[in-house]
Amino acid sequence: MKKVLIREERCKQCGICVDACPKNAISYSSEINSNGYQPVVIDDDLCNGCGICYTMCPDWVFEILGDRG
Amino acid sequence: MAIAKKVPEMLSKQISFCPGCGHGVVVRLIAECVEELKMEKNVIFNVGVGCYSLATPSIEADKFDTLHGRASAVATGFKRCNPDTLVISYQGDGDAYSIGIGESFSAAYRNENITVITVNNTNYGMTGGQMSATTMPGQKTTTSPLGRDCNTTGMPIKFPEMVAATFPNAAYVARGAVTTPKYVNQLKKYIMNALKAQMNNEGYSLIEVLSPCPTNWGMTPLQALGRVNKELVDYYPLGEFKTRKVK
Repeated sequence: MKKVLIREERCKQCGICVDACPKNAISYSSEINSNGYQPVVIDDDLCNGCGICYTMCPDWVFEILGDRG
Repeated sequence: MAIAKKVPEMLSKQISFCPGCGHGVVVRLIAECVEELKMEKNVIFNVGVGCYSLATPSIEADKFDTLHGRASAVATGFKRCNPDTLVISYQGDGDAYSIGIGESFSAAYRNENITVITVNNTNYGMTGGQMSATTMPGQKTTTSPLGRDCNTTGMPIKFPEMVAATFPNAAYVARGAVTTPKYVNQLKKYIMNALKAQMNNEGYSLIEVLSPCPTNWGMTPLQALGRVNKELVDYYPLGEFKTRKVK
């Protein structure tokens, strides 16, 4: 089940969410976005939708779906 | 139960800061607070000159790019003409404390009913990392290549402590950081308190935010967060220096 939406074009691969994620559910994609960064991807099996990635992301990449997921 | 979180409507465009810069978090928190207070049609952002001037194209609300350092003075004018408008002065440490210390201090002295949010990254980020008034002792910058010598350049300025100690009628003074989830949530509470104090006509409110600057510190984003948590928080303690009298 999808719990988090990612706007890949905004990601700058700073790694803050990867470090902050308590479930280690975030990793980098092998695709490259239009700015030349490898955007983050979320493993939906590990993710519990806590929203810490949303809290820490400086580039407004994440949207937590909550009950809509 | 997961709580839905969405970036506010007014921030629909991509922001163009360096990877790992803390400004994006601060802008988002301000926009969230403004949206929760339902003031998005009645707010004006006074933005000084610095990296954060890059944020103005991304904010879809009323905003005004002021002269360098004079954002507090311009905010005073806006607030006196439109007392019902939420006036936010968004500045950096070089803008508010070095070039605009006169305007920042005078606005606090007159107890203007505005909210000033300054982002402290211990250097002049936009022009290439020169030494500012908040540069830490021994920190290497492009204008202090051997490290800041405090015998000749003085000690780093602590503006929130100064305001809280000097002006007993200031409404709300606090310092936060954007480097851990706990600090970010605390900072949102501080910003909310400051904006509520302004809407309640309680007087001057000031928030300082410790923010990483990976590009000019020559660090990776995670190393820069670590530096804030280890080094800066010791010298610039976090917390509320002056709380609101009315809750």
